[in-house]
Amino acid sequence: MADVLLSVEGLTRRFDVSKPWLNRVIEREERQFLTASENVSFEIKRGETFALVGESGSGKSTIAKMIVGLLEPSAGVIRFDGQQMDFASGAAMRTLRRRFQMIFQDPFASLNPRWRVEDIIAEPIRTFGLLRGAEISKEVGRLLDLVGLSAADGAKFPHEFSGGQRQRIAIARALSSKPEFIVCDEPTSALDVSVQAQILNLMRDLQDEFGLTYLLISHDLSVVRHMANRIGVLYLGRLVEVAESKRLFTDPQHPYTRMLLDAVPDLALSGRRRMPVTGEIPNPINPPSGCTFHPRCPKVMDICKASNPPDYPTSTGTAACHLLAPQEVASTGR
Amino acid sequence: MAAPLLSVRDLIVEFPTRRGTLRALDRVSFDIAEGEVLGMVGESGAGKSLTGAAIIGLLEPPGRIAGGEIWLRGERIDNLPREKMRRVRGRRIGMVFQDPLTSLNPLYTVAEQLIETIRTHMDLSEKEARARAVGLLDRVGIPAAARRIDDYPHHFSGGMRQRVVIALALAAEPELVIADEPTTALDVSVQAQIIDVLKEICAERGASVMLITHDMGVIAETADRVAVLYAGRLAEIGPVRDVIQAAEHPYTAGLMGSIPTLTQTAERLTQIPGSMPRLNAIPQGCAFNPRCPKVFERCYRDQPNLIARADGRHVSCWLYDAQEKEVSHG
Amino acid sequence: MSDIFKKPEPGRFARAWDSDIAYSFRKSPLAIVAATVSLLIILAAIFAPWIAPHDPFNPATLNLMDGFTPPMEPNQFTGNTYWLGTDNQGRDVFSTILYGARISLFVGFMAVAFAMVLGITLGLIAGYRGGWVDSLLMRVADVQLTFPSILLALLIFGVARGFIPPAYREAMAIWVLIVAIGLSEWVQYARVVRGATMVEKSKEYVQAARVIGAHPAKILVRHILPNVMGPVLVIATIGLALAIIAEATLSFLGVGVPSTQPSLGTLIRIGQGFLFSGEWWILLFPSLTLLALALSVNLLGDWLRDALNPRLR
Repeated sequence: MADVLLSVEGLTRRFDVSKPWLNRVIEREERQFLTASENVSFEIKRGETFALVGESGSGKSTIAKMIVGLLEPSAGVIRFDGQQMDFASGAAMRTLRRRFQMIFQDPFASLNPRWRVEDIIAEPIRTFGLLRGAEISKEVGRLLDLVGLSAADGAKFPHEFSGGQRQRIAIARALSSKPEFIVCDEPTSALDVSVQAQILNLMRDLQDEFGLTYLLISHDLSVVRHMANRIGVLYLGRLVEVAESKRLFTDPQHPYTRMLLDAVPDLALSGRRRMPVTGEIPNPINPPSGCTFHPRCPKVMDICKASNPPDYPTSTGTAACHLLAPQEVASTGR
Repeated sequence: MAAPLLSVRDLIVEFPTRRGTLRALDRVSFDIAEGEVLGMVGESGAGKSLTGAAIIGLLEPPGRIAGGEIWLRGERIDNLPREKMRRVRGRRIGMVFQDPLTSLNPLYTVAEQLIETIRTHMDLSEKEARARAVGLLDRVGIPAAARRIDDYPHHFSGGMRQRVVIALALAAEPELVIADEPTTALDVSVQAQIIDVLKEICAERGASVMLITHDMGVIAETADRVAVLYAGRLAEIGPVRDVIQAAEHPYTAGLMGSIPTLTQTAERLTQIPGSMPRLNAIPQGCAFNPRCPKVFERCYRDQPNLIARADGRHVSCWLYDAQEKEVSHG
Repeated sequence: MSDIFKKPEPGRFARAWDSDIAYSFRKSPLAIVAATVSLLIILAAIFAPWIAPHDPFNPATLNLMDGFTPPMEPNQFTGNTYWLGTDNQGRDVFSTILYGARISLFVGFMAVAFAMVLGITLGLIAGYRGGWVDSLLMRVADVQLTFPSILLALLIFGVARGFIPPAYREAMAIWVLIVAIGLSEWVQYARVVRGATMVEKSKEYVQAARVIGAHPAKILVRHILPNVMGPVLVIATIGLALAIIAEATLSFLGVGVPSTQPSLGTLIRIGQGFLFSGEWWILLFPSLTLLALALSVNLLGDWLRDALNPRLR
């Protein structure tokens, strides 16, 4: 049960955001790079839901895109079921590709408006040559039924469906190649809450039925809490904390995680005491020195400005914060 | 209770299309008291933004008010001539929109826009207006306001820009601020700050707020009372705590159950089957009847009106009709 | 807007009739007039051999005595009457116009088709690949845009004639013309398709296809192409009017189709020689036809652009 399905090591991605060459020469500017993801490592076990949570600029979508091969990493290694992913090699990747899929954020953009639903869902089946002829339409009907639509819906076009129904179609497409691992990039953030509940429940049911492994990308802590077994918190492209879901919400170790939790509006009206949130996310092109969170951190120390903290072990994971350093290290920093 | 600041009575908004008229708001009635924050929630397409637009007279054509009345402190404003309505907007009703970029002109500095707004509505000299503008920016939490006031909107981050918009909305001391999804485009950590600023500054100036959002959490944090819209009709209205903790309308109850929270540990979320009907396919009787777990015969026949409940709550559901009670008991 | 109206499955024709574009067409008198005029001219051109009262290219049926007959008047020698009169060689102007429109439209359609295929292909590649491929193609397009397209067509025409042996020049002239006009117009298609491709390729449905490793050519043809055709259709319509005018201009300048097979432009060139000697009809009627054709096609294109615009996602 505890075997690792996907592992990511030192995943880094830099984007060149420099102005065009001529502008740089005339305005005497340096080349500029945006580090969307820096040295990110984590493992996802078979059958679990691992969530990456973070605000804009945290690099969560960049990491998701690198894992499914939509973006090339600048550095780092991705292993799927023990095999290193190399998207440049077509033939070797073909068998691997069938085993993972992706669900996107915007159900209005993720389905080709000119295609019939049956063709959309059958695309992975045809691309991988899994079935042929009448078997395909039978399978499409089964998949539609599985996600709570009817087989007759296959003949329609995407614009005839509501947002929630479209996301069901996108899920049916993702399931059609019988994958083991699905990357879900903000699967419900474009949907209304009552529809979100339907989709989240559906995703859970499918996980139970097929033993799926999910990587859930989200900015919504309550969705993450509801869905994930383990959670990684990202801040400016760095993984600041990884912990088991329950632990993260009851006992956050990193000050940023704590701040994020305090920022979520309290629907239960419990009147829990919260620390006011301060500051904004800095410009990722020129991130602060040392620990990138130090300008906003209520517990900032001198060492935080100077050096980037390593990952220290916590009870159920890791956290990158100097506060967690063994005592003698912290004292030299002061 | 004192006379309300804003009173909306049986508001009907319609969109004529080539295939018949769509009724986007159907007899919506509510009041906002002096200094009160009224939250307005609903799913996309429920009509919450449309309600705000109708109040400030900015309905996109071909949409039009087809019935009902809107009163602002005893003065009827839904039928004012365009010129007069323009003076009400900005002076008496301030606005904060979802995307700060649409409410700020990118070609003018923040100072120019603030000072112009202040001087349009108040009899102040350039210098006095500028001092006032700096004070406002400082109040909404913009660091070094006196220097940053001469920056252009694009020099500010998303959160700071929304602070500028709030300052702009409050520049002429309006009695009512309509905030339409003011934090939807922002990150959670910024959202919390903006909500706090909006709430504090309105409270200290005695302005009432109509807060339009799809986020129940924001409402819970901010509003005194909440109105729930469904398919252009008011489902329920009442004090925030009551509605959130003991919703009466089956739709509100389902909605509350479908929101995952940081404290609950339920395996599955309660879900409402189906989705909100499109405007051209609203069923007869109660609009919620195809999805309602407690539906009965009358719901298919008659459209329910708001029924007054205890503690200033109102709900439009036949379950709470006195007559129905008698029938079911008898 | 149309997707909020759901009805039980109507037939294909009923759906088309009910679509927003058909509705907008029915509501626009200008579009209806423009479509009718274009269609009439196109049909008349296609069926010219059956409609035309005379065959203006068969010397056996021509009588030089019929030359310079004014419209609707009997010829002073032969007593024959022609609706639109005759030219210096006694050819019926109405018939020459029908045959001329045939040539003009053939060149126009073919040139547009050529420009479209070239422009769409290069635009798709430039937009999807990006990088230096995109830069190279777009700089070529920029350079080409600095020349007036008619000048470019003249240049291509001249160069092509240099390569073709004299014996084939006559027969090849029309194809050279098509290529020359097509090459001078492809840039527009390439630019629009490139822009639309760049928008489409970042959409999630394209990413979904990339995740399963679909071949780029398949993604371009099956996913992106159908979604960029809207604006292409608009340019193609307006491009047809431009191509017809370009052909007329080249033929007027004498470098177009040979005068044994006169297009509308050739007819106008022939006609302008007689304007000041009083035989106005030889110039006027071909000119009016060209005007009506170019104007109506252009108006149709304008309407199409407006009608499609709100739906350009």
